[in-house]
Amino acid sequence: MTLLGRTTVNVVVGVAVLYTLLPVLWLVLAATKDVDALFNSDLFGDFAFVENVKNLFAMDKGLYGRWYVNSILYAVIGAATSAFISIAAGYAFDKYSFRHKEKLFGLVLAAVMVPQTVLALPLYLMASGTGLVNTFWAVFIPALFNPFGVYLGRIFSQGYVPDEVLEAARIDGAGDLGTYFKVALRMLGPGMVTLFLFQLTTIWNNFFLPMVMLSDQLLYPVSLGLYQWNSSATVSPEYYPVVIMGSLFAVLPLILAFMLLQRFWRAGMTAGAVK
Amino acid sequence: MKSKLACAVLMAPFFLLLVTVFLVPTGTAIWLSFFAQDQPGLGFGPESTVFVGLRSYVAVLSDPTFRGGLLTVVLYCLIYIPLMVAGALTLALLLDSGVAKLRSWAQMSLYLPHAVPGIIAALIWLYLYTPGLSPIIDLFAKGDIHVNFLGLNTVLPSIVNIALWSNLGYNMVIFYAALQAVPREVLEASVVDGAGPVKQALRIKTPLVRGAIFTVGIFTLIWALQLFTEPVLLSQSTPMISARFSPSMYIYDAAFTRNNYGLAAAASVILLAFTVALSYAVTRWTNRKAA
Repeated sequence: MTLLGRTTVNVVVGVAVLYTLLPVLWLVLAATKDVDALFNSDLFGDFAFVENVKNLFAMDKGLYGRWYVNSILYAVIGAATSAFISIAAGYAFDKYSFRHKEKLFGLVLAAVMVPQTVLALPLYLMASGTGLVNTFWAVFIPALFNPFGVYLGRIFSQGYVPDEVLEAARIDGAGDLGTYFKVALRMLGPGMVTLFLFQLTTIWNNFFLPMVMLSDQLLYPVSLGLYQWNSSATVSPEYYPVVIMGSLFAVLPLILAFMLLQRFWRAGMTAGAVK
Repeated sequence: MKSKLACAVLMAPFFLLLVTVFLVPTGTAIWLSFFAQDQPGLGFGPESTVFVGLRSYVAVLSDPTFRGGLLTVVLYCLIYIPLMVAGALTLALLLDSGVAKLRSWAQMSLYLPHAVPGIIAALIWLYLYTPGLSPIIDLFAKGDIHVNFLGLNTVLPSIVNIALWSNLGYNMVIFYAALQAVPREVLEASVVDGAGPVKQALRIKTPLVRGAIFTVGIFTLIWALQLFTEPVLLSQSTPMISARFSPSMYIYDAAFTRNNYGLAAAASVILLAFTVALSYAVTRWTNRKAA
């Protein structure tokens, strides 16, 4: 390729990288500044990072810490449970045959299409009827449902679990469920990590459902809490540095998870796109 | 394999969820849309639920704020989806061309925003749109350019920008993965036939990743139609976004601000039908083009 071509390619990619990185960099810089510096145009103000962190966790009697723990509980336990449930169903769709199987699978795929906002009001009414509204479970249970995970689970099962291995296990006298838990699940491990990561992101991002279900601030996840603090900031600006620092902290766990588990999400995204 | 019981055990938890958090709520939404709570004359006595047939649908469809919201979301899709698909595909093709430097670093950086929760992406950009806080506005002001990112005509592009920022890298990785699966012999053959790198990218590689383009397109469409988080957050700071800016915001407003469940349910069913119809149309159109 010509020198001009090479330069153009690298400039375009470079500009795109700046576009994605600079806002995050701004967040990091803004988190180090105090209120006055924040509202001045100078890029580097007085270094107030430590003070901002202290303020964040002290604000409103330490609500942020509570929200953070809530988010971790919703996301980590929810994603692990969801991955376990989805992959079992995906495996069953792959390895068993029964009547109307493909129709049922079509229903699962159709569920991917349905907007969350459509389900919110009925879910709220159901939660009210059963007394679950404004509890941990009202946010936790609906987030376990991941139809796209079942679709991916089926693909992983096709790819990672050869039928011969299952046949061999049966000849050895293992029952179907025993085979699944002792043999197949181990082979599905990487797929499960992928589903875990996807659902972790989804639940950590979850905003609409908690907004509908929760009125008790102590049950809020970080997303909803920061939303509320931001609306306070429009009236009392002392909330701005706390919202900025809170946002920075809320971004860290997912970045960490993606860096540590990089190869798994790549595998999952490839499977989803190519098939 | 034979054991029906094992199959049922493996599927049971998922289908229990499918019924309780998907089928029953969908059915309830449809059911609710045909009923209304009628308050007795003076507001005394219990509310009664009465069958009103299609009245709520008529009310929603003849409500200019709902139609306005639908129009807004259609406009949003028309700007956002082509930009997203073209942008992500271009970046993937550039990275796949083998000329780009520091490829895995570039990919990581481009993917980074996807690890930023939607509400926080909206927060960061809201601050970057806010005069006094934003270094971008300051920079423009030095060049004597004054932009209001949250004005009447700029607020929709500003929302598009947030969505684009959040998802560009994610979709780029999907395209990149699909491009990596293109057989190298096909590419070598095209070089022998005298195709330059640009022609190769557009004529050979792009048609071969049709499947990925379809997947990205349809998921982007379904997500875009649900537009809620970004405008709700921005509405805290600009009067240009009303409480019924998009259909999802209309549903929230009807259900939880006005407590009109029939109206909210009817709007939900309309949004659902709209989503299904559009997805179906896109699928049909793609299949016909592929055939």
